[in-house]
Amino acid sequence: MKRRFAVDRFLIQRLGISLISLVALLTVVPILAVFAYIIGKGAPAFSWQFLTAMPRDGMRAGGILPAIIGTFYLTLGTAVFSVPLGIAAAIYLSEYARENWLTRLIRIAIINLAGIPSVVYGLFGLGLFVLFLKFGTSILSASLTLSIMTLPVIISAAEEALRAVPQSFRTVSISLGGTNWQTIRKIILPEALPGIITGVILGLERAAGETAPILFTGAAFFLPHLPNSPFDATMALPYHLFVISTQVPGMPIQIQYGTALVLIIFVLGMNLTATIIRSRARAKRQW
Amino acid sequence: MDKIVIEHLSLKYPTGTESLRDINLKIPANAITVLFGPAGGGKSSLLRCLNRLNDLVEIQTLSGTIFLDGENILDPKTDVIALRRRVGMVFARPVVLPMSIRQNLTYGLELANEKRRSRLDEAVERGLKLAALWDEVRDRLEDPAIALSGGQQQRLCLARVLANQPEVILLDEPTSGLDPISTGKVEAALQELKKEYTVILVPHSVQQAARTADYAAFFLQGELVEYAEGKELFTHPNVKRTEDYIEGRFG
Repeated sequence: MKRRFAVDRFLIQRLGISLISLVALLTVVPILAVFAYIIGKGAPAFSWQFLTAMPRDGMRAGGILPAIIGTFYLTLGTAVFSVPLGIAAAIYLSEYARENWLTRLIRIAIINLAGIPSVVYGLFGLGLFVLFLKFGTSILSASLTLSIMTLPVIISAAEEALRAVPQSFRTVSISLGGTNWQTIRKIILPEALPGIITGVILGLERAAGETAPILFTGAAFFLPHLPNSPFDATMALPYHLFVISTQVPGMPIQIQYGTALVLIIFVLGMNLTATIIRSRARAKRQW
Repeated sequence: MDKIVIEHLSLKYPTGTESLRDINLKIPANAITVLFGPAGGGKSSLLRCLNRLNDLVEIQTLSGTIFLDGENILDPKTDVIALRRRVGMVFARPVVLPMSIRQNLTYGLELANEKRRSRLDEAVERGLKLAALWDEVRDRLEDPAIALSGGQQQRLCLARVLANQPEVILLDEPTSGLDPISTGKVEAALQELKKEYTVILVPHSVQQAARTADYAAFFLQGELVEYAEGKELFTHPNVKRTEDYIEGRFG
């Protein structure tokens, strides 16, 4: 009796492990499928001209250069505002703020900020940056809107990275005559930097792929020239994809998928960079 | 000569646990003063008052005075940064900073904006020699400090404090995680150090207390029970509770 029970248990375990592995494998299927599909349909559109030329014939031919440049500008603009602000906020929360109602309020605000639907950010950006501050439909307005959306991601990731640095490093640095700020600059920030960079890239990656926040704040349907100041509107990859998929009749399908492919490469490239930085830092970590 | 004079020092943490009760203690220069007793007696709290590391934690009440060369270091106007350079601390668990051996040594000086290479090199060699680590690491100063063994790491921490050229060295159970050979090396280094420095040691055992103490203070539940020359206290303790503890009747 006892023996048989043992065998059953073994069988159940094997079954369980197989089942779990299967489910884990299933999660890989959609991403691979999406990839294969988009590459298959979009690759024919890929050419040097596709990446470097202006659109022609009502966007039905030519390249998508302005959308690529636009997304690059928007990501850069978002970084300019959200990275310094986000890291500063994280340093404050992790290293200086005492636990009280004010910091609790800040944390609740950050968590809730992360939960707001992106189209609401778009409307908010329209109201504040485009209309009230009169920045117009521009790269500036769109970058600021995307920054607000990205901030909670950067703050949370950076704060977590800072908190992961052992407390004993702080105590030792202080005991050797360091000020709080010297300790942060010389020990805490360098140690937390890989984690912070990862968080920053993941936040910016999300900003690069968003359509709703830039819809009312900076994205243009079509522009015959590249933007040449932050106050110009711009084309952008996600919005361009939306436009050519739904708004332009007679659109060649490979241009749509080609655009999707470029956007995915852009975003996954950032993701890959983050992963590489993280794994390198992990290999180097000594504590 | 008394380097440190502690008068009526009381300390309470917000958890309600009283940590130190009316401590009066004179700590002489150029000697090893040992603070010993069972855990929770307030030894570490006292050490952390001496370089104001207690500033980093929440404290409910702190009263009394601590004079270092006649200056009250508990005065709010005290320059704590300067104080911590004068009063260095070695912790129970060796904490090497995530950098090279040399950078660990020069860290304190660089905090003070010392940039001259010659001064830094000098401090590195001096600190490592005093901590009896120089011969083991002289050829690999650029290696990451974490690669050192536990015993070496703890001597590195001692060397790092010494590189700052302090006047007082606080050691909080510095050998609790070390093997007997490493412990011996640290204790031997302390005997050398007391010629130049004021050494205050919280030992990790009564045996170590008896081995190293020029002066010994017995702490029990936040109270200073007895304070005398080491030889005196460990052979003829005046107080029954001291005697009981030394002889291992409670711990």
